[in-house]
Amino acid sequence: MNGFGIDPVAIDLRRLVQRQVASLYAHLVTRPTGRAVRLAIESQLANAGEMALSVIDFSEVHVVDFSCADEVVAKLLLHYQPPGQATRAFFVLRGVSDLHLEPIEAVLERHRLTAVAETAAGLCRLVGVPSEADARVWRSLEERGALSPGDVPAHLPDEVDRATLESLVRRGLVFRRPESGDYLALSNLMRSLMG
Amino acid sequence: MHVIRVPSSLDYSTVDSVFRQCAQAVEGKALVDAGYLRFVDPQGLVGLLSAGALLKRRLGQAPHLRLPRQAEVLGYLARIRFLEQARRFFSMEIRRPREIAASSDVLLEITPVTTNSDVHAVVDRVQTRAGTILTRTLGYPLVTVVQFSVVLSEVCQNIIEHAEAPGWVAAQAYYWAKRRDRWMLVIAVSDLGRGFRESLAAEHAGRFGKRWGDGSALEAAFLHGVTRFQDLGRGQGIQQIRKQVRRWDGLISIRSGTARIADVPEWDDTPALEQGLARFPGAQINIVLPAKQRGRERSGA
Repeated sequence: MNGFGIDPVAIDLRRLVQRQVASLYAHLVTRPTGRAVRLAIESQLANAGEMALSVIDFSEVHVVDFSCADEVVAKLLLHYQPPGQATRAFFVLRGVSDLHLEPIEAVLERHRLTAVAETAAGLCRLVGVPSEADARVWRSLEERGALSPGDVPAHLPDEVDRATLESLVRRGLVFRRPESGDYLALSNLMRSLMG
Repeated sequence: MHVIRVPSSLDYSTVDSVFRQCAQAVEGKALVDAGYLRFVDPQGLVGLLSAGALLKRRLGQAPHLRLPRQAEVLGYLARIRFLEQARRFFSMEIRRPREIAASSDVLLEITPVTTNSDVHAVVDRVQTRAGTILTRTLGYPLVTVVQFSVVLSEVCQNIIEHAEAPGWVAAQAYYWAKRRDRWMLVIAVSDLGRGFRESLAAEHAGRFGKRWGDGSALEAAFLHGVTRFQDLGRGQGIQQIRKQVRRWDGLISIRSGTARIADVPEWDDTPALEQGLARFPGAQINIVLPAKQRGRERSGA
Protein backbone atom coordinates (compact mmCIF):
# COMPACT_ATOMS: atom_id res chain seq x y z
CA MET A 1 0.00 0.00 0.00
CA ASN A 2 1.28 3.49 -0.82
CA GLY A 3 0.10 5.31 2.30
CA PHE A 4 -2.74 7.07 0.54
CA GLY A 5 -5.12 4.13 0.76
CA ILE A 6 -5.77 4.15 -2.98
CA ASP A 7 -4.32 2.21 -5.91
CA PRO A 8 -3.03 4.07 -8.96
CA VAL A 9 -4.08 2.67 -12.34
CA ALA A 10 -2.48 4.04 -15.52
CA ILE A 11 -4.62 3.57 -18.61
CA ASP A 12 -2.95 4.07 -21.98
CA LEU A 13 -5.80 4.67 -24.40
CA ARG A 14 -3.58 4.41 -27.46
CA ARG A 15 -2.53 0.89 -26.52
CA LEU A 16 -6.09 -0.12 -25.68
CA VAL A 17 -7.46 1.20 -28.99
CA GLN A 18 -4.75 -0.46 -31.03
CA ARG A 19 -5.45 -3.73 -29.25
CA GLN A 20 -9.13 -3.44 -30.23
CA VAL A 21 -8.76 -2.21 -33.81
CA ALA A 22 -5.90 -2.88 -36.20
CA SER A 23 -5.08 0.69 -37.14
CA LEU A 24 -1.99 2.70 -37.93
CA TYR A 25 -3.47 5.52 -35.90
CA ALA A 26 -5.03 5.55 -32.48
CA HIS A 27 -8.46 6.94 -33.10
CA LEU A 28 -11.16 6.76 -30.50
CA VAL A 29 -13.97 6.51 -33.02
CA THR A 30 -17.19 4.49 -33.18
CA ARG A 31 -19.36 3.27 -30.37
CA PRO A 32 -18.28 -0.40 -30.57
CA THR A 33 -14.64 0.69 -30.22
CA GLY A 34 -15.55 2.86 -27.26
CA ARG A 35 -17.46 0.02 -25.65
CA ALA A 36 -14.53 -2.37 -26.11
CA VAL A 37 -12.10 0.18 -24.66
CA ARG A 38 -14.39 0.83 -21.69
CA LEU A 39 -14.68 -2.91 -20.97
CA ALA A 40 -10.88 -3.16 -21.11
CA ILE A 41 -10.60 -0.28 -18.61
CA GLU A 42 -13.17 -1.94 -16.35
CA SER A 43 -11.16 -5.14 -16.54
CA GLN A 44 -8.03 -3.26 -15.45
CA LEU A 45 -9.92 -1.64 -12.60
CA ALA A 46 -11.27 -4.98 -11.43
CA ASN A 47 -7.71 -5.93 -10.50
CA ALA A 48 -7.15 -2.74 -8.50
CA GLY A 49 -7.84 -2.34 -4.79
CA GLU A 50 -11.02 -1.18 -3.14
CA MET A 51 -10.23 2.43 -4.03
CA ALA A 52 -8.50 3.39 -7.27
CA LEU A 53 -7.28 6.51 -9.02
CA SER A 54 -7.38 5.87 -12.75
CA VAL A 55 -5.38 8.17 -14.99
CA ILE A 56 -6.75 7.82 -18.51
CA ASP A 57 -4.16 9.06 -20.97
CA PHE A 58 -5.45 10.73 -24.16
CA SER A 59 -2.12 12.22 -25.17
CA GLU A 60 -1.38 9.68 -27.93
CA VAL A 61 -4.92 9.68 -29.33
CA HIS A 62 -5.57 11.73 -32.47
CA VAL A 63 -9.32 11.73 -33.02
CA VAL A 64 -12.10 11.30 -30.48
CA ASP A 65 -15.65 11.24 -31.78
CA PHE A 66 -18.83 11.81 -29.80
CA SER A 67 -20.03 8.20 -29.84
CA CYS A 68 -16.73 6.90 -28.55
CA ALA A 69 -16.43 9.66 -25.93
CA ASP A 70 -19.88 8.72 -24.69
CA GLU A 71 -18.75 5.12 -24.11
CA VAL A 72 -15.21 5.74 -22.83
CA VAL A 73 -15.85 8.78 -20.63
CA ALA A 74 -19.54 9.24 -19.82
CA LYS A 75 -20.54 5.61 -19.42
CA LEU A 76 -17.39 4.84 -17.45
CA LEU A 77 -18.17 7.64 -14.99
CA LEU A 78 -21.82 6.62 -14.78
CA HIS A 79 -20.77 3.06 -13.98
CA TYR A 80 -18.31 3.94 -11.21
CA GLN A 81 -19.87 7.13 -9.95
CA PRO A 82 -23.63 6.52 -9.90
CA PRO A 83 -25.53 9.72 -9.04
CA GLY A 84 -26.27 10.15 -5.33
CA GLN A 85 -23.78 7.52 -4.16
CA ALA A 86 -20.31 8.05 -2.73
CA THR A 87 -17.71 6.78 -5.17
CA ARG A 88 -14.57 4.80 -4.53
CA ALA A 89 -13.28 5.26 -8.07
CA PHE A 90 -11.49 8.45 -9.07
CA PHE A 91 -10.57 9.46 -12.60
CA VAL A 92 -8.26 11.99 -14.19
CA LEU A 93 -8.39 12.44 -17.97
CA ARG A 94 -4.77 13.16 -18.88
CA GLY A 95 -3.26 14.78 -22.00
CA VAL A 96 -6.58 16.24 -23.10
CA SER A 97 -6.22 18.68 -26.03
CA ASP A 98 -8.74 21.30 -27.11
CA LEU A 99 -9.85 18.94 -29.88
CA HIS A 100 -10.51 16.14 -27.40
CA LEU A 101 -12.33 18.53 -25.10
CA GLU A 102 -15.20 19.26 -27.44
CA PRO A 103 -16.61 15.70 -27.60
CA ILE A 104 -15.73 15.02 -23.96
CA GLU A 105 -17.52 18.15 -22.75
CA ALA A 106 -20.51 17.39 -25.00
CA VAL A 107 -21.07 13.91 -23.57
CA LEU A 108 -20.51 15.03 -19.99
CA GLU A 109 -23.04 17.84 -20.45
CA ARG A 110 -25.51 15.42 -21.95
CA HIS A 111 -25.32 13.20 -18.84
CA ARG A 112 -24.92 16.12 -16.38
CA LEU A 113 -21.49 14.84 -15.28
CA THR A 114 -18.27 16.54 -14.22
CA ALA A 115 -14.73 15.21 -14.48
CA VAL A 116 -11.15 16.31 -13.83
CA ALA A 117 -9.04 16.77 -16.95
CA GLU A 118 -5.36 17.57 -17.26
CA THR A 119 -4.53 19.50 -20.40
CA ALA A 120 -1.49 18.90 -22.58
CA ALA A 121 0.17 21.80 -20.71
CA GLY A 122 -0.22 19.90 -17.44
CA LEU A 123 -2.94 22.07 -15.91
CA CYS A 124 -5.94 20.44 -14.34
CA ARG A 125 -9.46 21.75 -14.78
CA LEU A 126 -13.03 20.67 -14.24
CA VAL A 127 -14.89 19.72 -17.42
CA GLY A 128 -18.55 18.98 -17.96
CA VAL A 129 -21.18 20.73 -15.86
CA PRO A 130 -19.63 21.95 -12.60
CA SER A 131 -21.75 24.43 -10.64
CA GLU A 132 -20.24 27.80 -9.70
CA ALA A 133 -19.66 26.51 -6.16
CA ASP A 134 -18.07 23.29 -7.49
CA ALA A 135 -15.67 25.32 -9.63
CA ARG A 136 -14.81 27.75 -6.80
CA VAL A 137 -14.15 25.13 -4.11
CA TRP A 138 -12.38 22.74 -6.47
CA ARG A 139 -10.11 25.53 -7.75
CA SER A 140 -9.32 26.62 -4.21
CA LEU A 141 -8.23 23.09 -3.26
CA GLU A 142 -6.40 22.66 -6.56
CA GLU A 143 -4.29 25.74 -5.76
CA ARG A 144 -3.44 24.49 -2.27
CA GLY A 145 -3.02 20.84 -3.24
CA ALA A 146 -4.34 19.58 0.10
CA LEU A 147 -6.41 20.66 3.08
CA SER A 148 -6.52 19.10 6.52
CA PRO A 149 -9.91 18.76 8.26
CA GLY A 150 -8.76 21.30 10.86
CA ASP A 151 -8.03 23.89 8.15
CA VAL A 152 -11.41 23.55 6.46
CA PRO A 153 -13.43 26.03 8.60
CA ALA A 154 -10.82 28.76 8.16
CA HIS A 155 -10.30 28.11 4.47
CA LEU A 156 -13.95 27.55 3.61
CA PRO A 157 -15.90 29.67 6.10
CA ASP A 158 -19.09 29.49 4.06
CA GLU A 159 -21.23 26.50 4.96
CA VAL A 160 -22.27 26.13 1.32
CA ASP A 161 -18.63 25.74 0.32
CA ARG A 162 -18.02 23.12 2.99
CA ALA A 163 -21.06 21.17 1.77
CA THR A 164 -19.73 21.53 -1.77
CA LEU A 165 -16.38 20.07 -0.70
CA GLU A 166 -18.18 16.98 0.61
CA SER A 167 -20.15 16.77 -2.60
CA LEU A 168 -16.94 16.90 -4.64
CA VAL A 169 -15.59 13.99 -2.56
CA ARG A 170 -18.76 11.95 -3.13
CA ARG A 171 -18.56 12.58 -6.89
CA GLY A 172 -14.89 11.57 -7.12
CA LEU A 173 -13.60 15.06 -7.93
CA VAL A 174 -11.65 15.39 -4.66
CA PHE A 175 -9.98 12.59 -2.66
CA ARG A 176 -10.23 12.30 1.14
CA ARG A 177 -7.52 10.19 2.73
CA PRO A 178 -9.21 7.43 4.73
CA GLU A 179 -6.94 7.64 7.76
CA SER A 180 -6.21 11.34 8.19
CA GLY A 181 -9.33 12.76 6.58
CA ASP A 182 -7.14 15.17 4.57
CA TYR A 183 -8.65 16.48 1.36
CA LEU A 184 -6.39 16.09 -1.67
CA ALA A 185 -6.73 17.62 -5.11
CA LEU A 186 -6.68 14.80 -7.66
CA SER A 187 -3.75 16.51 -9.45
CA ASN A 188 -1.75 16.36 -6.22
CA LEU A 189 -2.74 12.75 -5.61
CA MET A 190 -1.90 11.79 -9.19
CA ARG A 191 1.57 13.33 -9.01
CA SER A 192 2.24 11.80 -5.61
CA LEU A 193 1.29 8.33 -6.82
CA MET A 194 2.44 8.37 -10.43
CA GLY A 195 4.80 11.24 -10.95
CA MET B 1 -37.56 -1.91 -70.56
CA HIS B 2 -37.41 0.99 -68.11
CA VAL B 3 -34.99 3.66 -69.24
CA ILE B 4 -33.64 5.82 -66.45
CA ARG B 5 -31.99 8.92 -67.85
CA VAL B 6 -29.14 10.31 -65.80
CA PRO B 7 -28.90 14.10 -66.09
CA SER B 8 -25.74 15.51 -67.67
CA SER B 9 -24.90 17.16 -64.35
CA LEU B 10 -25.56 14.73 -61.49
CA ASP B 11 -25.18 16.29 -58.07
CA TYR B 12 -27.13 16.72 -54.86
CA SER B 13 -29.56 19.06 -56.57
CA THR B 14 -30.36 16.73 -59.50
CA VAL B 15 -29.99 13.21 -58.11
CA ASP B 16 -33.69 13.20 -57.19
CA SER B 17 -34.55 12.82 -60.87
CA VAL B 18 -32.80 9.43 -60.85
CA PHE B 19 -34.62 8.39 -57.67
CA ARG B 20 -37.94 9.53 -59.18
CA GLN B 21 -37.42 7.38 -62.26
CA CYS B 22 -36.31 4.41 -60.13
CA ALA B 23 -39.55 4.57 -58.16
CA GLN B 24 -41.45 3.81 -61.36
CA ALA B 25 -39.39 0.72 -62.25
CA VAL B 26 -41.11 -2.10 -60.39
CA GLU B 27 -40.63 -5.04 -62.75
CA GLY B 28 -38.91 -6.06 -65.97
CA LYS B 29 -35.52 -4.83 -67.16
CA ALA B 30 -33.91 -1.46 -66.62
CA LEU B 31 -31.34 0.62 -68.46
CA VAL B 32 -29.63 3.41 -66.57
CA ASP B 33 -28.41 5.77 -69.25
CA ALA B 34 -25.44 7.84 -68.09
CA GLY B 35 -24.16 8.29 -71.64
CA TYR B 36 -24.46 12.08 -71.50
CA LEU B 37 -23.04 12.47 -68.01
CA ARG B 38 -20.53 15.34 -67.95
CA PHE B 39 -20.30 16.23 -64.28
CA VAL B 40 -20.97 14.17 -61.17
CA ASP B 41 -20.39 14.96 -57.49
CA PRO B 42 -20.14 12.48 -54.56
CA GLN B 43 -23.88 12.69 -53.90
CA GLY B 44 -24.53 11.83 -57.54
CA LEU B 45 -22.07 8.94 -57.39
CA VAL B 46 -23.38 7.28 -54.25
CA GLY B 47 -26.95 8.05 -55.39
CA LEU B 48 -26.33 6.25 -58.69
CA LEU B 49 -24.84 3.26 -56.88
CA SER B 50 -27.81 3.16 -54.54
CA ALA B 51 -30.16 3.30 -57.52
CA GLY B 52 -28.35 0.35 -59.12
CA ALA B 53 -28.46 -1.67 -55.90
CA LEU B 54 -32.16 -0.91 -55.44
CA LEU B 55 -33.07 -1.83 -59.02
CA LYS B 56 -31.14 -5.09 -58.84
CA ARG B 57 -32.87 -5.98 -55.58
CA ARG B 58 -36.33 -5.02 -56.81
CA LEU B 59 -36.18 -6.34 -60.37
CA GLY B 60 -34.25 -9.48 -59.54
CA GLN B 61 -31.69 -8.76 -62.24
CA ALA B 62 -28.89 -6.25 -62.65
CA PRO B 63 -29.87 -3.11 -64.53
CA HIS B 64 -27.62 -2.17 -67.44
CA LEU B 65 -25.54 0.95 -66.99
CA ARG B 66 -24.67 2.86 -70.15
CA LEU B 67 -21.39 4.52 -69.26
CA PRO B 68 -20.52 8.14 -70.03
CA ARG B 69 -19.27 8.82 -73.55
CA GLN B 70 -16.72 11.37 -72.42
CA ALA B 71 -13.41 9.68 -71.73
CA GLU B 72 -12.56 12.16 -68.97
CA VAL B 73 -15.77 11.38 -67.11
CA LEU B 74 -15.21 7.63 -67.50
CA GLY B 75 -11.65 8.03 -66.25
CA TYR B 76 -12.93 9.92 -63.25
CA LEU B 77 -15.46 7.18 -62.47
CA ALA B 78 -12.63 4.64 -62.52
CA ARG B 79 -10.37 6.78 -60.38
CA ILE B 80 -12.95 7.46 -57.70
CA ARG B 81 -13.70 3.71 -57.67
CA PHE B 82 -17.25 4.07 -58.89
CA LEU B 83 -16.76 1.39 -61.55
CA GLU B 84 -15.31 -1.01 -58.99
CA GLN B 85 -18.42 -0.67 -56.81
CA ALA B 86 -20.87 -0.47 -59.72
CA ARG B 87 -19.86 -3.93 -60.99
CA ARG B 88 -21.74 -5.41 -58.05
CA PHE B 89 -25.07 -3.96 -59.13
CA PHE B 90 -24.97 -3.08 -62.83
CA SER B 91 -24.16 -4.93 -66.01
CA MET B 92 -21.76 -2.73 -67.99
CA GLU B 93 -19.66 -2.81 -71.10
CA ILE B 94 -16.53 -1.25 -69.74
CA ARG B 95 -14.28 0.46 -72.22
CA ARG B 96 -10.78 0.89 -70.95
CA PRO B 97 -10.95 4.29 -69.27
CA ARG B 98 -8.34 6.85 -70.21
CA GLU B 99 -5.61 6.97 -67.63
CA ILE B 100 -5.88 10.17 -65.70
CA ALA B 101 -3.47 11.19 -63.00
CA ALA B 102 -4.89 10.95 -59.50
CA SER B 103 -6.50 14.20 -58.44
CA SER B 104 -5.47 15.78 -55.19
CA ASP B 105 -9.04 17.00 -54.82
CA VAL B 106 -10.43 13.52 -54.14
CA LEU B 107 -10.54 13.34 -50.39
CA LEU B 108 -12.22 9.98 -50.15
CA GLU B 109 -13.00 7.60 -53.01
CA ILE B 110 -16.30 5.76 -52.89
CA THR B 111 -15.89 3.52 -49.88
CA PRO B 112 -18.34 0.87 -48.74
CA VAL B 113 -19.25 1.08 -45.08
CA THR B 114 -20.59 -2.05 -43.46
CA THR B 115 -18.56 -2.56 -40.32
CA ASN B 116 -16.96 -0.69 -37.48
CA SER B 117 -13.49 -1.25 -38.95
CA ASP B 118 -14.62 0.42 -42.21
CA VAL B 119 -15.19 3.60 -40.22
CA HIS B 120 -11.68 3.36 -38.76
CA ALA B 121 -10.30 2.89 -42.27
CA VAL B 122 -12.16 5.98 -43.48
CA VAL B 123 -10.81 8.08 -40.61
CA ASP B 124 -7.27 6.74 -41.20
CA ARG B 125 -7.42 7.60 -44.89
CA VAL B 126 -8.79 11.06 -44.30
CA GLN B 127 -6.07 11.86 -41.77
CA THR B 128 -3.44 11.47 -44.45
CA ARG B 129 -5.24 13.50 -47.14
CA ALA B 130 -7.51 16.00 -45.48
CA GLY B 131 -4.82 18.44 -44.40
CA THR B 132 -4.02 19.75 -47.87
CA ILE B 133 -7.60 19.99 -49.07
CA LEU B 134 -8.97 21.58 -45.93
CA THR B 135 -6.16 24.09 -45.47
CA ARG B 136 -4.97 24.89 -49.02
CA THR B 137 -8.20 24.41 -50.94
CA LEU B 138 -10.78 25.53 -48.42
CA GLY B 139 -8.61 27.84 -46.32
CA TYR B 140 -9.63 26.19 -43.03
CA PRO B 141 -7.21 25.99 -40.07
CA LEU B 142 -5.21 22.78 -39.68
CA VAL B 143 -7.14 21.72 -36.57
CA THR B 144 -10.15 21.27 -38.84
CA VAL B 145 -8.72 17.93 -39.98
CA VAL B 146 -9.67 16.34 -36.67
CA GLN B 147 -13.11 17.96 -36.57
CA PHE B 148 -13.71 16.85 -40.14
CA SER B 149 -12.70 13.28 -39.24
CA VAL B 150 -15.19 13.34 -36.38
CA VAL B 151 -17.96 14.45 -38.75
CA LEU B 152 -17.09 11.66 -41.18
CA SER B 153 -16.97 9.09 -38.41
CA GLU B 154 -20.38 10.06 -37.11
CA VAL B 155 -22.07 10.09 -40.55
CA CYS B 156 -20.59 6.69 -41.38
CA GLN B 157 -21.77 5.27 -38.06
CA ASN B 158 -25.25 6.41 -38.95
CA ILE B 159 -25.21 3.74 -41.67
CA ILE B 160 -24.10 0.96 -39.35
CA GLU B 161 -26.19 1.90 -36.32
CA HIS B 162 -29.47 2.88 -37.92
CA ALA B 163 -29.66 1.53 -41.45
CA GLU B 164 -28.56 -2.01 -40.59
CA ALA B 165 -27.62 -2.27 -44.25
CA PRO B 166 -24.52 -1.48 -46.31
CA GLY B 167 -23.82 2.01 -47.53
CA TRP B 168 -21.19 4.17 -49.15
CA VAL B 169 -19.33 7.36 -48.39
CA ALA B 170 -17.34 9.65 -50.71
CA ALA B 171 -15.84 13.16 -50.49
CA GLN B 172 -14.31 15.50 -53.01
CA ALA B 173 -13.48 19.19 -53.39
CA TYR B 174 -14.77 21.09 -56.46
CA TYR B 175 -14.46 24.58 -57.79
CA TRP B 176 -18.00 25.89 -58.19
CA ALA B 177 -17.57 28.54 -60.82
CA LYS B 178 -21.19 29.32 -61.63
CA ARG B 179 -22.89 28.95 -58.32
CA ARG B 180 -20.48 30.41 -55.85
CA ASP B 181 -17.14 31.24 -57.44
CA ARG B 182 -15.35 29.26 -54.79
CA TRP B 183 -14.15 25.78 -53.86
CA MET B 184 -16.57 23.46 -52.13
CA LEU B 185 -16.04 20.16 -50.35
CA VAL B 186 -18.90 17.72 -50.87
CA ILE B 187 -19.37 14.72 -48.58
CA ALA B 188 -21.99 12.16 -49.49
CA VAL B 189 -23.29 9.15 -47.62
CA SER B 190 -25.99 6.80 -48.85
CA ASP B 191 -27.47 3.55 -47.65
CA LEU B 192 -30.38 1.34 -48.62
CA GLY B 193 -31.43 0.45 -45.11
CA ARG B 194 -34.56 0.99 -43.10
CA GLY B 195 -34.62 4.75 -43.25
CA PHE B 196 -35.45 7.05 -40.36
CA ARG B 197 -39.20 6.45 -40.30
CA GLU B 198 -38.89 2.69 -39.87
CA SER B 199 -35.88 2.92 -37.59
CA LEU B 200 -37.73 5.17 -35.13
CA ALA B 201 -41.27 3.81 -35.56
CA ALA B 202 -41.38 1.27 -32.73
CA GLU B 203 -40.34 3.82 -30.11
CA HIS B 204 -41.87 7.06 -31.40
CA ALA B 205 -44.63 6.58 -34.00
CA GLY B 206 -47.32 6.22 -31.35
CA ARG B 207 -46.77 9.73 -30.02
CA PHE B 208 -47.22 11.22 -33.47
CA GLY B 209 -50.33 9.25 -34.47
CA LYS B 210 -51.41 10.03 -38.02
CA ARG B 211 -48.70 12.69 -38.34
CA TRP B 212 -46.02 10.00 -38.33
CA GLY B 213 -44.20 9.81 -41.65
CA ASP B 214 -40.82 10.34 -43.27
CA GLY B 215 -40.95 14.10 -42.64
CA SER B 216 -41.88 13.86 -38.96
CA ALA B 217 -39.29 11.10 -38.40
CA LEU B 218 -36.60 13.27 -39.96
CA GLU B 219 -37.67 16.27 -37.89
CA ALA B 220 -37.55 14.17 -34.71
CA ALA B 221 -34.05 12.86 -35.42
CA PHE B 222 -32.53 15.90 -37.10
CA LEU B 223 -34.00 18.70 -35.02
CA HIS B 224 -34.58 16.98 -31.67
CA GLY B 225 -31.94 14.22 -31.52
CA VAL B 226 -34.51 11.47 -31.12
CA THR B 227 -33.23 7.90 -31.55
CA ARG B 228 -34.67 4.44 -31.19
CA PHE B 229 -32.47 3.81 -28.16
CA GLN B 230 -33.46 4.57 -24.57
CA ASP B 231 -29.85 5.49 -23.81
CA LEU B 232 -29.44 9.23 -23.12
CA GLY B 233 -26.02 9.16 -24.78
CA ARG B 234 -27.50 8.29 -28.18
CA GLY B 235 -28.67 10.78 -30.76
CA GLN B 236 -25.76 13.16 -30.30
CA GLY B 237 -24.05 12.35 -33.58
CA ILE B 238 -26.38 14.21 -35.92
CA GLN B 239 -26.70 17.13 -33.50
CA GLN B 240 -22.95 17.54 -33.26
CA ILE B 241 -22.49 17.22 -37.03
CA ARG B 242 -25.09 19.97 -37.56
CA LYS B 243 -23.31 22.20 -35.05
CA GLN B 244 -19.96 21.72 -36.77
CA VAL B 245 -21.36 22.20 -40.29
CA ARG B 246 -23.03 25.44 -39.15
CA ARG B 247 -19.67 26.70 -37.86
CA TRP B 248 -18.22 26.11 -41.32
CA ASP B 249 -21.22 27.87 -42.93
CA GLY B 250 -22.01 24.61 -44.70
CA LEU B 251 -25.13 22.86 -45.93
CA ILE B 252 -26.32 19.56 -44.50
CA SER B 253 -29.33 17.65 -45.72
CA ILE B 254 -30.75 14.20 -45.05
CA ARG B 255 -33.14 12.53 -47.46
CA SER B 256 -35.03 9.48 -46.27
CA GLY B 257 -38.06 7.81 -47.79
CA THR B 258 -40.14 10.59 -49.29
CA ALA B 259 -38.73 13.56 -47.38
CA ARG B 260 -35.62 15.68 -47.07
CA ILE B 261 -34.62 17.94 -44.21
CA ALA B 262 -31.79 20.45 -44.26
CA ASP B 263 -29.87 23.10 -42.37
CA VAL B 264 -29.52 25.69 -45.09
CA PRO B 265 -26.91 28.46 -45.07
CA GLU B 266 -27.62 31.82 -46.68
CA TRP B 267 -25.77 30.93 -49.87
CA ASP B 268 -28.07 28.01 -50.78
CA ASP B 269 -31.78 27.81 -51.54
CA THR B 270 -32.48 24.17 -50.63
CA PRO B 271 -35.83 24.07 -48.76
CA ALA B 272 -35.54 23.33 -45.03
CA LEU B 273 -38.08 20.50 -45.35
CA GLU B 274 -39.41 18.78 -48.46
CA GLN B 275 -42.08 16.11 -48.40
CA GLY B 276 -43.81 14.07 -51.07
CA LEU B 277 -40.59 13.21 -52.91
CA ALA B 278 -40.33 9.95 -54.86
CA ARG B 279 -39.87 7.11 -52.38
CA PHE B 280 -36.30 5.92 -52.06
CA PRO B 281 -35.15 3.53 -49.34
CA GLY B 282 -32.53 4.19 -46.68
CA ALA B 283 -31.00 7.59 -46.07
CA GLN B 284 -28.84 9.93 -48.09
CA ILE B 285 -26.76 12.49 -46.21
CA ASN B 286 -25.24 15.40 -48.08
CA ILE B 287 -22.77 17.91 -46.63
CA VAL B 288 -21.35 20.83 -48.60
CA LEU B 289 -18.59 22.94 -47.05
CA PRO B 290 -17.58 26.20 -48.74
CA ALA B 291 -14.06 27.60 -48.97
CA LYS B 292 -13.40 30.64 -46.82
CA GLN B 293 -12.42 32.76 -49.80
CA ARG B 294 -13.92 33.32 -53.23
CA GLY B 295 -11.99 32.52 -56.39
CA ARG B 296 -10.18 29.61 -57.94
CA GLU B 297 -6.82 30.36 -56.35
CA ARG B 298 -6.01 28.17 -53.39
CA SER B 299 -4.65 29.47 -50.13
CA GLY B 300 -0.87 29.28 -50.16
CA ALA B 301 -0.88 27.88 -53.72
